[in-house]
Amino acid sequence: MYVRALDVTDFRSWSAAELPLVPGPCVLVGANGQGKTNLVEALGYVATLSSHRVATDAPLIRAGAERAVVRCAVVSEDRELRIELEITAGRSNRARLNGAPVPRPREILGALRVVQFAPEDLAIVRGDPGERRRFLDELVVARSPRMAGVRSDLDRILRQRAALLKSAGPARRNAGSLPTLDVWDAQLAATGAALTVARLAALRTLRPHAGAAYAALAPTGGELALGYSSSLSAALPELAAPDADPDEAALESALLAELGRVRTQELDRGVNLVGPQRDDLELSLRGLPLRGYASHGEGWSAALALRLATFELLRDEHPSGSDPVLVLDDVFAELDSARRDHLALVASKAEQAVVTAAVAADVPEQLQGAQYEIAGGTVRRVR
Amino acid sequence: MYEGAVQDLIDELGRLPGVGPKSAQRIAFHLLAAESADVERLASTLVRVKNEVKFCSVCGNVAQADVCRICSDARRDPSVICVVEEPKDVVAVERTREFRGRYHVLGGAISPIDGVGPDDLRIRELLARLRDGTVTELILATDPNLEGEATATYLARLVGPLGIAVTRLASGLPVGGDLEYADEVTLGRAFSGRRRIDAMS
Repeated sequence: MYVRALDVTDFRSWSAAELPLVPGPCVLVGANGQGKTNLVEALGYVATLSSHRVATDAPLIRAGAERAVVRCAVVSEDRELRIELEITAGRSNRARLNGAPVPRPREILGALRVVQFAPEDLAIVRGDPGERRRFLDELVVARSPRMAGVRSDLDRILRQRAALLKSAGPARRNAGSLPTLDVWDAQLAATGAALTVARLAALRTLRPHAGAAYAALAPTGGELALGYSSSLSAALPELAAPDADPDEAALESALLAELGRVRTQELDRGVNLVGPQRDDLELSLRGLPLRGYASHGEGWSAALALRLATFELLRDEHPSGSDPVLVLDDVFAELDSARRDHLALVASKAEQAVVTAAVAADVPEQLQGAQYEIAGGTVRRVR
Repeated sequence: MYEGAVQDLIDELGRLPGVGPKSAQRIAFHLLAAESADVERLASTLVRVKNEVKFCSVCGNVAQADVCRICSDARRDPSVICVVEEPKDVVAVERTREFRGRYHVLGGAISPIDGVGPDDLRIRELLARLRDGTVTELILATDPNLEGEATATYLARLVGPLGIAVTRLASGLPVGGDLEYADEVTLGRAFSGRRRIDAMS
């Protein structure tokens, strides 16, 4: 698929911008602070309904404006789909597909598929487990949009449960048992098991792609290994196997049993102690965890390998093998020549690659297709 | 900002659910331009609703007397109770004209975030109604969201040991709808709740 046009209104620094795009490489060139990244961020937002840069929607709306609007026209297998998204701070967003409103913005997930690689991705390797869970969950939702609902249910259950644990703590000694906590435990176990099974399935399909991508980027660098560390590993040892494929019902009962085991601790501390919100994606090289041991270059290679693997996986799993849109945000200046060349090779074969760079010379030759100049609040196609 | 009473009215209206500052201003100026008699009728209705409307001592629905119309109607089946969250849910079920039993209004759903636990709902009253053995079925019609499900599960576990049949409203596809327009969650639920169609003999 490719994006034929992107229009934004009151999005980030842009009061209005129109960006017509073409298949193949599209390079956005402009000095720092001119709004290149803001435009590709808008693409990412339409694809995932979240930004790779901020956790809340408020910064996405231009200061002083009430709402931001992002419109894009996506061509997939010769059919054009128009997606329109209205972002209002503190309220739920509204979305339209081909002009018709959809009941929930979530329903536009899957209409535009984007794989984005940005400097922030180094955090997947070096950051907190939350960054890696987010990477994995994005992949889970991209493979199966229904899982977006499971994820938001899980967040809500965890918040309800945390509120209950906090308020029940002091009164616990009198109450003896907590039937309402049993109810939330059951919901957490069911939802948590569904998400864990989906994460493990995503990881199983990602693993060969990630290994191959890393080997291509760093031929002598050893093998990139992906593992899943679960708060249930002690209770369900089979989860530790690299190709773990547990039964959802077994996982649900293990989660429920574990919740029973840690209940006293949870009540004492007033926090959720088990569940997929405490799991981690373990990345390692030569048996050592990347988080503590990786060099700067190894970190970049691993982050890039994960994104390229996602790109390959989403293409492979698409019913007609159509490519997701590849977005490379300001990354060429950060990579050494071997990694640049490999990335350029993959990007030049993609159906569409949207690349941003501060200077045109940063972009490898294979990607010198359409070029847009972004300066002073305007977009101009220069080639 | 307007002066005195006008601004007070806008502020009061703005506190109502679903009314933003712009709508509040529009309603305030509509009232200002309206006939005195109309405004007085509205004002007296507001006072009356607060003074006269009571909650049914049996089911918790809004009522004009001590016991509501449905609870005092002898034609309604006393052996089935439909449990709902709010009085407006009673009206919704009544519109179907399918249900001939009685109701129990909980007054909300379990939601620890909002500080609502089982003790804040009319659950003790419900258990009291179940004690004398007339009720044989309890239909749980709480909202099909996380809090509604949690409340239903809680009630089912509480009432199950009493030997009363507990049922939950089915969730699935809207009647007269198209399969292709159903969202995945609803369609998924409809799949797991599918039923066998018996061949005619």
